[in-house]
Amino acid sequence: MEWEAVIGLEIHAQLATKSKIFSGASTAFGAEPNTQACAVDLALPGTLPVFNEEALRMAVKFGLAVDAEIGRKSVFDRKNYFYPDLPKGYQTSQLFHPIVGIGHIDITLEDGTTKRIGVTRAHLEEDAGKSLHDEFPGMTGIDLNRAGTPLLEIVSEPDMRSAEEAVAYVRKIHSLVTSLGICDGNMSEGSFRCDCNVSVRPKGQEEYGTRTETKNINSFRFIEKAIVGEIERQIDLIEDGGRVIQATRLYDADKNETRSMRSKEEANDYRYFPCPDLLPIVIDDEYIENIRNTLPELPDARKARFTEEYKLSEYDAMVLSADHNMATYFEIIVETAKDAKLAANWVMGELSKLLNQHDLDITNSPVNAEQLGGLLLRIKDDTISGKIAKQVFEVMWSEGGNADEIIESKGLKQVTDSGAIEQIVDEVIANNSPQVEQYVNAEPDKRGKMIGFFMGQVMKASQGKANPGQVQGILKQKLDALVS
Amino acid sequence: MSLDRTDVDKIAHLARLQIEEQDAPEYAQNLSNILDLVNQMQAVDTTDVLPMAHPLDAAQRLRSDNVTEDNQRELLQSVAPAVENGLFLVPKVIE
Repeated sequence: MEWEAVIGLEIHAQLATKSKIFSGASTAFGAEPNTQACAVDLALPGTLPVFNEEALRMAVKFGLAVDAEIGRKSVFDRKNYFYPDLPKGYQTSQLFHPIVGIGHIDITLEDGTTKRIGVTRAHLEEDAGKSLHDEFPGMTGIDLNRAGTPLLEIVSEPDMRSAEEAVAYVRKIHSLVTSLGICDGNMSEGSFRCDCNVSVRPKGQEEYGTRTETKNINSFRFIEKAIVGEIERQIDLIEDGGRVIQATRLYDADKNETRSMRSKEEANDYRYFPCPDLLPIVIDDEYIENIRNTLPELPDARKARFTEEYKLSEYDAMVLSADHNMATYFEIIVETAKDAKLAANWVMGELSKLLNQHDLDITNSPVNAEQLGGLLLRIKDDTISGKIAKQVFEVMWSEGGNADEIIESKGLKQVTDSGAIEQIVDEVIANNSPQVEQYVNAEPDKRGKMIGFFMGQVMKASQGKANPGQVQGILKQKLDALVS
Repeated sequence: MSLDRTDVDKIAHLARLQIEEQDAPEYAQNLSNILDLVNQMQAVDTTDVLPMAHPLDAAQRLRSDNVTEDNQRELLQSVAPAVENGLFLVPKVIE
């Protein structure tokens, strides 16, 4: 039987505010445990929440970017459940009147086709703290620094039919929130995480199958693997005569499989009700229009500009604009080196290769855009060849420093002094008389190819530093002089 | 409308309340009375009335996004029953 997968995603994006959604404690990542958890975050008696205006503005920005209805009057609700990293005994969230209503985004797939994916809603809520289960025998350690960090939960329609579509959707949302500057997008620090709802049904069937939810996946690669694995698991299960049980599953990256999470007993009965501690958030058209006017360039527009302004191919423009930080990095290099094609090749080639090898994000790249731009400038002005530039880049990557310093200290400067090149050429010609003889006796149209051998020898003798263009010219001149 | 014993147990469990066996019937009765009162109110025609989100007819005031709270971990943890390495300790919540 032919099966079809149905995928819906919930993305939690931590909003990049300085302080928490309902308190004045810092949201900075990586502080000592509980040093950024104030009385409000700890839910001490008598404390009351005060809503952060920046979290509201960021949520509205997102809503406008996905062409959604913005809630003129949105309301916070309490989602009640008990867990030690949630001191209040409820999460302040928005169920009935979210800030962002129905919207949509368009995703582009590998084969170039685009597909519209519905965004059901996006609502504001607070993050919980962290539980550390392994450090203390019989006890759980609680760090509440993260408690109260503003989250935008972005809920998609069940519009995706494959892992590829799901990943394209997540990448697009990631690109949007980072372009908008409302989320740093750092997945390894948990600033951007994804819950995947997956079900399967026989192709052509209207009704959805039973779905499972895999929670808190924090890398694009794992999202893809987790979905592919879960689709297979469900199909195998049904084909073997079993049935899918609605459950929350955890993705195990080491084993590349999902497994059932111990069900929080009856945890699904959240008994939502409007939060009496917070009044409705009321905004008007003027507020919304003011924000609309401050929206930065969004990924689709940037991609179009890349093809237009820099004459990049569709593919290059798509790859370079997909990630906001990558796109910005690329543009800084273009600014420095004044050569978009060269910049594109380096960012998508050498740089991406090393980033992938070291499993690094562009924001953690040991070589920054100014450094790389400076290097490309030296290729442009013939100080070094492209081949030597790769050596310089590797030094830059592992030892730091700017291109000029490295070229100087490693003596990699290209030799452009024609006297020096002539000397090397003469030596090569003198030391390779059999090849010179072949050259002289060859048909004129074969000589072009044969010159490659001498090029190689000269470059080798100059340790790659001779200017290839000049070498070619001088070689040809000298060899052809021997012919007649 | 009347709640039975199982309803009371479920509500108590969701609220993490421990109730005495002999008190359950009384709770069931009291909670049922509240629901009866709500049922009585259902008779009012509310066709044109928007559900109320808050009893005060006002909008939320907003706070500017500034860090105003210093680290007061030592003070705040002085009332905690168990603390180690800056973490609050609670009985283990998973196996």
